[in-house]
Amino acid sequence: MSENNHSSSYTPRSALAKWIDKRLPLPRALHDNFSSFPTPANLNFWWTFGGILTVCLLIQIVTGIVLAMHYTPNSELAFSSVQHIMRDVNYGWLIRYVHANGSSMFFLAVYIHIFRGLYYGSYKAPRELLWMVGVVIYLLMMATAFMGYVLPWGQMSFWGATVITNLFSSIPLVGDAIVSWLWGGFAVGNPTLNRFFALHYLLPFVIVGVVLLHVWSLHVSGNGNPTGLDVKKVDKETVPFHPYYTVKDGFVIVMFLLLFAYFVFFHPNLLGHPDNYIEANPLVTPAHIVPEWYLLPFYAILRAVPSKLGGVIVMFGALGVLLLLPWLDTSKIRSAKFRPLYRQFFFIFLLVCLGLGWLGAQPAEGGYVIAARLLTVYYFAHFFVILPALGYIEKPKPMPASIEESLESKTKTEKL
Amino acid sequence: MSSEQPTRRDFIYVASAAFAGVGAAAAAWPLIDEMNPDASVLALASIEVDLSPIDTGQSITIQWRGKPVFVRHRTREEIAEAESVPLDDLPDPQPDEDRIQRPEWLVMIGSCTHLGCVPLGQKGDFDGWFCPCHGSHYDTSGRIRKGPAPSNLEIPPYQFVSENRIRIG
Repeated sequence: MSENNHSSSYTPRSALAKWIDKRLPLPRALHDNFSSFPTPANLNFWWTFGGILTVCLLIQIVTGIVLAMHYTPNSELAFSSVQHIMRDVNYGWLIRYVHANGSSMFFLAVYIHIFRGLYYGSYKAPRELLWMVGVVIYLLMMATAFMGYVLPWGQMSFWGATVITNLFSSIPLVGDAIVSWLWGGFAVGNPTLNRFFALHYLLPFVIVGVVLLHVWSLHVSGNGNPTGLDVKKVDKETVPFHPYYTVKDGFVIVMFLLLFAYFVFFHPNLLGHPDNYIEANPLVTPAHIVPEWYLLPFYAILRAVPSKLGGVIVMFGALGVLLLLPWLDTSKIRSAKFRPLYRQFFFIFLLVCLGLGWLGAQPAEGGYVIAARLLTVYYFAHFFVILPALGYIEKPKPMPASIEESLESKTKTEKL
Repeated sequence: MSSEQPTRRDFIYVASAAFAGVGAAAAAWPLIDEMNPDASVLALASIEVDLSPIDTGQSITIQWRGKPVFVRHRTREEIAEAESVPLDDLPDPQPDEDRIQRPEWLVMIGSCTHLGCVPLGQKGDFDGWFCPCHGSHYDTSGRIRKGPAPSNLEIPPYQFVSENRIRIG
């Protein structure tokens, strides 16, 4: 984490600090990366979600470790051990509701973070790898959340696990062998629950590792900013991360925790599904299977395609296209602020994603399927037709020459 | 010494890399195969079912290898309907006679071939089964007729051990 584009301003004060700095310069790395790090002075509130996401990950890890001390990963006992946590364990209800709602809060924050990146072109050179590492974090989050949802061993847990693992059976020739390997049996059962628990415990720490790569990459290129311009004068255009952004991020984190607490204390089951309070029954499928809200757009895409293998390919393609995004957007301008056409298409795309999410919660029949097909086609057209074309036809708005100039014009208007 | 000629040193590099690669793969295999169905799971692979309490038009669902198995005592109309379908109408063409041992008994795995939900009996557009998850319709022989499922409901291996008993598996 010592690779950054500004020289170190750390001066060890005590003899002990000097001794440590010569042997393991961790205090120096922390100081350079999280205290003195030069950060553009013009970041708006959409840039605070990195901090919020860090807090979300820590909350999930801490509550998760505590829950694992009381949970039993066995298909005979799992469901009742969750009820044991809710009724018997001291504050078990609180810890479990924080963990369960925490995943929704985590995804809410990550979606805002991702759409911030889409709006301000955060994926463009030189931040392509930063963006791609972020997509990997998002994929790991989805895998972790999916396996966590299986652990209470309710009806939605069981049938969600059945449907998602069966996606792999569409792979030609080896599909069935892969699914049986994933299950450790001929259906989702005790071996499946056990390994999902082990992986659900492991993956958050893998996410921590990939987050460190994400921050490392961020600190090589430096933060983007709402103008999309590169920092030219570090002294005029940036401020040290601490105290300016530690305070700002801290304020937003408190606001976010208020929303979090509202769900935990007033609507702890609003984002869950009542069927998951019925113990898993391998002989009866619930009438209407839906994944958690944060996976619904992809579920709608899966069901929109009238072919099993085709649906799976298109669904994973909808995620994979994010990795190609830096090369599909042909415009050199980063920020949508100066891209009048892209700005409109960005909001249409946002509505399309929300629409797919809504359709994912509806039954797969009639008009819902037709609508899901139209929106799926638009989703891919956004990446493969609209973004490549816009770079050639769009006339950008006049831009300030530098961040410094945009800051000056802003202070002038405020004085008037 | 010409740099284009492979040297003894090159041979050592290739040989040691190959040796390490094969060794790593061999060491990884137990860690991968450990996830496959274990002996206790495989031991539950066969089950006997008494058919005598099932009247015409009734079905039962039993659990075999963790999955539901439908045993349906088909009515004469259902059999006629299953036999009369032209094979050209089927996405996964298979005559009814290939799916049964005795026409009145239909035994099949009750797991939708799309994504594994349990279809509901005597529902859907073809008087057979209907999967509520993603809308696949099966006929009175359990063959896929409409919807995203790619193939017919699977027939487990079974045999009649007496007039009214079958062994599945």
